[in-house]
Amino acid sequence: MKIVKEALAGTLESSDLLVKVSPGSGTGLEVVVSSEVMQQFGHQIDHVVRDTLARLGVTAGLVVVEDKGALDCAIRARVQTAVMRGAEAQTIDWSALS
Amino acid sequence: MTDLAFDLLDRLPRFDGFAKQTPYLKDPELKRSRKVCPSLEDAIRRSGLKDGMTISFHHAFREGDKTINTVVDLLARMGFKDLTLAPSSLLNCNAPLIEHIRDGVISRIYTSGMRGKLAEAISHGLMSHPVNIHSHGGRVKLIQDGELTIDVAFLGVSTADCFGNANGISGRSRCGSLGYAKVDARHAGTVILLAEEIVPFPNAPASLSQDEVDYVVKVEQIGDPSKISVGAARITTNPRELLIARLSAEVMVHSGYFEQGFSMQTGSGASATATTRFLEGYMRKRGITASFALGGITGGIVDLHRKGLIERVIDTQSFDGDAAESLRTSPNHIEISTNEYANAGSKGAYVDQMDLVILSALEIDVDFNVNVITGSDGVMRGASGGHSDVAAAANLSIVVAPLIRSRIPTVVRRCTTVVTPGECIGVLVTDHGIAVNPRRPEIAQRLKAAGLPVMTIEELQQRAESLTGEPRPIEFLDKVVGIVRYRDGSVIDIVRQVKG
Repeated sequence: MKIVKEALAGTLESSDLLVKVSPGSGTGLEVVVSSEVMQQFGHQIDHVVRDTLARLGVTAGLVVVEDKGALDCAIRARVQTAVMRGAEAQTIDWSALS
Repeated sequence: MTDLAFDLLDRLPRFDGFAKQTPYLKDPELKRSRKVCPSLEDAIRRSGLKDGMTISFHHAFREGDKTINTVVDLLARMGFKDLTLAPSSLLNCNAPLIEHIRDGVISRIYTSGMRGKLAEAISHGLMSHPVNIHSHGGRVKLIQDGELTIDVAFLGVSTADCFGNANGISGRSRCGSLGYAKVDARHAGTVILLAEEIVPFPNAPASLSQDEVDYVVKVEQIGDPSKISVGAARITTNPRELLIARLSAEVMVHSGYFEQGFSMQTGSGASATATTRFLEGYMRKRGITASFALGGITGGIVDLHRKGLIERVIDTQSFDGDAAESLRTSPNHIEISTNEYANAGSKGAYVDQMDLVILSALEIDVDFNVNVITGSDGVMRGASGGHSDVAAAANLSIVVAPLIRSRIPTVVRRCTTVVTPGECIGVLVTDHGIAVNPRRPEIAQRLKAAGLPVMTIEELQQRAESLTGEPRPIEFLDKVVGIVRYRDGSVIDIVRQVKG
C-alpha cells in the first residue's frame, strides 16, 4: 500500500495509542515511536509497527506512534487503520490484516 | 540530723519563690498567651531550630497539604541549611521541595513515600544521602529507637486554643484524624502548631494536648480537604475493578474469618472501596456485623458503620470528608495514633487484632513479595504506608490488583523493590484469577470449595507475560537513592538510581 495523504488512527487514552501516517519527504520508510513504556517495551513496539507495515506492503512514508501502553493487538489494529485511511484503500485485503 | 540527711539537703535546690520555674505565672496575661506567636517566623526563632536539625510534619491533607511547602519555603528564606525532613509522607504536591534540596536546605529525608516530580528527581539522584522509606508503624519505631529524633514538629491543625489543645474535626479545613501528628506531638523536642483558627480555651476534643505543645501560631490555610481523596473515594464503574472487588469480597466471605465480630481493613483504591460495597450484601445475608474497621478510613467504611454493620471505626487517617465527618459525629468512630495503629514496638497495636485486610500492589512476584514503592520503570511513585504493618499482623492479607496495568504486568517473576515480604501475604486477587500462597493450604482449600477461580501465581505471571510480552529489565546505576526499612527498622531492600 502507498500512503498518499496524512491520516490518524487511535487515541491518547491509557492502554491505547495514536498512529499518524503521512507520505513523508524522502523515499524510504521512517518509523518514530514514543511510549510510556519505552524502556521495557520500546523494542517490541517498534518491531510490531514495522512488521504490520511490511505485511501491508508499506515501504515509504513517515509513521509516528504515540503509545500509552497498548498491547500488541491494539498496536497492529491502529497501524492498519491509519495506513488504510492514508492510502485511501477502497478494498480491503483481509489476508494482510490477520 | 544525720550526715546522710545533710548530704541529701546539700544536693536539693532551696525554695526561691513560687515562680522560679514558671515566671509567666506572675503575669496574668502572659500565663495564658505565652504559647501564641505573632508569626511563624517568630515561632521558628523561639523553637531554637538550628542547621542540621530534624523537622517533621503530618500528611493528613495528602495532595491538599499547604503546610510542608510553606514552612520549608520560610526556613529557606531564613537561611537554614542541612535539615533532615521527616514528614509522615510526601506526595505530588511536594514538588517545590526539589529546589530546597538542590540549595542544601534539606539534605536528608525520612518518609513513607513520595510521588510525582519530587520522586522522579530523587530517583534520578537528586540527593547525596539516600531517602529512608519507612512504614507508618515503622516510623514510630524509628523515633522510639532513637534513630529518628524530631527536633521541631510543625503540625497543621484546623483549630487550636491558645494552649495548644487541637483537633482536625472542627473549624474550616478539617482533615479528620490527627493520627500521625499525635506521634510527633509526643516525641518532638519542640512542637509548633499551625492553626487555621484559634478558638476559646479549652478546645475539645484535644487530639493534640496542651501538655505536648510549645507554640501556637495562626496561619491562613493549613490545607485543602477537598484534595485529600483525589480519585480515591470515587465509586468505580470500571468493570475490571468491580470484578476484582466482587472476587475479593467473596474471598473474604469464604476465608474462614468471616464470622460475627470479625475485623477488617481496606485501602483507598477503587477496588478496595468497591469491595466494601459488595461486602454489605454478604454481611446482611449471613446476619453478621464487624467488631471494627481499621486504618485509613473511607466513606465506604463509614457507610457500613452508619448502617450498623461495623460497630467501631478505628481511624488513624481519614481518607475523605465522610470519614472526617463521622469522626466528628459518631462516638464509635475513634481517633488513634500511628503508634496505636501499627507500631511493632508499641505495647499494643490495633493491627495485631486484625482478621482480614485488603491491600494494593504495584507489583507482586511469584513468591508473593509486594512492591508498593517503585514503578516498573524503577522510579519511585508510591508509599510504604501501613502495607507491611497490617500484612504482618492480620490473620489473612489479601492483595488486590489488576493482572496488567496498560502494558505493565503486575504479577512478575521478581519485584523491582520488596516492601512487604511474601510470607505475610495470603491471597492475590486479580481480574484473571486468584492465587493462594502455598503457606496457606487451608485457605486455598476453602476458596476452591466455594468454587472460586483459584490457580497458581506462576500461572498468573505467565498469563500476564503472554499478554504484554517480556519486559526488558530496567537499567540502574550503582548509586543508592532509597533504603526501604521494614517495620522493625531492618533494611528489607534498596532502591538504586535509574539510568537515563
